[in-house]
Amino acid sequence: MLDNFLFFTELTSLPVNDVKGRRIGRVKDAALVPLVNPSRIDRYLVGAGAAWLTVRFDQIQSISLDQGIFLTDEHLTPYHDDEYMMRLGRDLLDQQIIDVNGRKVVRVTDLTFEIRNDGLRDTLTIRDVDIGIRSILRRLLQGVVPPRWIRRLQQPIPPNSIAWEFCNVVEPDPQRRLRLNLSYQKLEEMHPADLADIVEDLAPAEREAIFETIDSEVAADALSEIDPKMQASILESLEPEKAADIVEEMSPDEAADALSELEDETSEEILDEMDSEPKTEVQELLEFEEDTAGGLMNTEYVVLPDDATVNDAMKALQENEELLENLNTIFLIDDEGRLSASIPLARLFLAAEGVRLKTLGSESLIHVTVEEHQDRVLELFDKYNLLTLPVVDDSGKLAGVITADDVISVLRQK
Amino acid sequence: MLKTLKRFRYHLAVFFAVIGPGFITANVDNDSGGIFTYSAAGARYGYLPLWTLLPITLVLIITQEMCSRMGAATGKGLSDLIREEFGLRITFLMMALLVLVNLTNVMAEFAGVASSLELFRVSRYISVPLAAVGVWFLAVKGNYKSVEKIFLFGCFLYVTYIISGFLVKPDWKTAAIYSVKPVLMLEPGYIYMLIGMVGTTIAPWMQFYLQSAVVEKGITAKEYAASRVEVIVGCIVTDVVAFFIIVACAGAIYSVKPTDIQDAAEAAVALKPFGQYAFLLFSAGLLNASVFAACVLPLSTAYSVCEGLGFESGVNRRMGEAPVFYGLYTLLIAVGAGVTLIPSFPLVTMILLSQVLNGMLLPFVLIPMILLINKHDLMGEFVNPRWFNLIAWITVVIIIGVSMAYIGFILRGVH
Repeated sequence: MLDNFLFFTELTSLPVNDVKGRRIGRVKDAALVPLVNPSRIDRYLVGAGAAWLTVRFDQIQSISLDQGIFLTDEHLTPYHDDEYMMRLGRDLLDQQIIDVNGRKVVRVTDLTFEIRNDGLRDTLTIRDVDIGIRSILRRLLQGVVPPRWIRRLQQPIPPNSIAWEFCNVVEPDPQRRLRLNLSYQKLEEMHPADLADIVEDLAPAEREAIFETIDSEVAADALSEIDPKMQASILESLEPEKAADIVEEMSPDEAADALSELEDETSEEILDEMDSEPKTEVQELLEFEEDTAGGLMNTEYVVLPDDATVNDAMKALQENEELLENLNTIFLIDDEGRLSASIPLARLFLAAEGVRLKTLGSESLIHVTVEEHQDRVLELFDKYNLLTLPVVDDSGKLAGVITADDVISVLRQK
Repeated sequence: MLKTLKRFRYHLAVFFAVIGPGFITANVDNDSGGIFTYSAAGARYGYLPLWTLLPITLVLIITQEMCSRMGAATGKGLSDLIREEFGLRITFLMMALLVLVNLTNVMAEFAGVASSLELFRVSRYISVPLAAVGVWFLAVKGNYKSVEKIFLFGCFLYVTYIISGFLVKPDWKTAAIYSVKPVLMLEPGYIYMLIGMVGTTIAPWMQFYLQSAVVEKGITAKEYAASRVEVIVGCIVTDVVAFFIIVACAGAIYSVKPTDIQDAAEAAVALKPFGQYAFLLFSAGLLNASVFAACVLPLSTAYSVCEGLGFESGVNRRMGEAPVFYGLYTLLIAVGAGVTLIPSFPLVTMILLSQVLNGMLLPFVLIPMILLINKHDLMGEFVNPRWFNLIAWITVVIIIGVSMAYIGFILRGVH
């Protein structure tokens, strides 16, 4: 029977024989050198007596479960640890990795290799990371029951594996991360909310590693989805420059919420590193109490003068493309900046180009002041079925808007 | 009227503000196992067992401090750390032991429910299934957190023991002497009680529960100092309650006639200064403690096991996503509640036995804990101080020694 796969539990303790067929020892561990190849086993660590030897992949003739490993080369070097090496047994087994496809954190119980023959030799390539009961059984019986029996015993249990290409190893040490050629690119492609869930499942050191490395924009989106207390501890753990880069990318109200959870000193440090424009916006928002309209509102809205037309509105929307995804109302202000009307976005589509926006406004203009308590805000949203609620300062000037998603966050935290 | 209400509200707010993982663990610690073990000790041996409380408190503080420190420094649960540092086999073995001993503890909680309500002639065939189904839904539907405060508030019922401890007019002089004077007797019943007292106060499940709670609350190494105070206060509260349960039982039961407590009615005598309300207060306190712990224990066990073995866990996952988690959780409740329904199941005897098992298995949790907390690459500057190690190792040796002595007695047929 020719199998083309091998488990890590089977590889360890596989006998290794030299050219003349004499047994040298047994495999103790195996290592990848990801800089060279991200999935092919590069080195086999063989226990021979008290010492370990290193066998390179190109010194091997054949690998099989029943016969073991046969070598083509006698010149084996004693094992010494080097930082470019990811040892499977030591660094991967029993540790947590991220399953990018399944969007969760999993613990490695075993690995499945594919045995490939490239004409010259057999090589092992990591195919899957095994989790679940089947691999637990293998680990428990390893070395107690012959491997062939284990394979038969595990048959009835459905396999539970993750393809190696969808696995992301997290390494807290930046130096080592570089040497092991680990990147978090795969994570950047995930939905920010999924990434946030994953990050919440990890330990602080790994969390920090991810936020240190990934793109600031992705980091900002993910951070916005994370529980406020954890947001604070992540921002605290980062270098102020990196934290500032991330905070700049967040919407001002969320940035202000995150910073308000920090100690004053830390939040000052981060603010110092920020660009002046987002900084002033965030600083203004930080002035408000957390449970008031001012604390809830954000400053991302589109505003036009009283006498603007539909045409002007279209132009303004084109200029604010980045806001479009979450925008559903446009606001009008008079000469002194006081709020005069709010226009539901959808009405623009039914109106002719030259029509004055003012004629499209909602009948009653509902708004609150920055000091209004958040309970009153919730009440208004409920009573008038609002999507957005403008917030004005003492002199009636538009200060910001509260959107439905802000309200939902408040409700969820209650 | 309004003013008193306001003041009451204010006090309530302060009360809940200081509550954290340490305080909750401490209160769950005085569960039905705790109440019966301390009661049995006081009723049978009077003031004699009081001397154990000082060393037990010290060891309790040290173990609880250790696992909350590990949680804060690593951000990982105890079973996660065991898996990462000792591999799957040891994790599996430990989890198997944990499930076994926690199953007996869950059984003790349902036995507590049964015996507390039997005081009012509510059949256990009604009370236990109702409690089991209620507990199951409470956690699965995710509203446990809101009920937790009610349970914590219910823990104020322990104050009745403190009041009673004074009202029964105990022999304070004797109590004071025995609080510091160790009495060793090579008698199986006495040794059994000692192991039970250690096991009920420093239970294996607490180490897993507390560490996870610290991690879940997001307490980091920086904020740890405040958390440590809370943990220590919690431990002291636990043992102050224990002290008064023993004193109340010694004063009310032992001084009349040394008794082996067989049921809740006998244990409730400790509250006899409350007259006709004694049964009601005892029953309410025991019921609250039992249901509280019955909510915490199966859930914490399922979490620990799934985290250690790498199964999906959490009540926010659907059942199809986390079958092992829900399966284990349900099994613990079903079996724990089920066995108490066996006709003529000796409730109190089994409750005491579960606490003795706790004690005997404690070293198997303590040893990995000590090894983990001394790993420098894991803990950094938070590794154990030397005197912590010393006390922890001495504890391990003493518990193993005492357990062996007890097993020796049994094997030689001495009862």
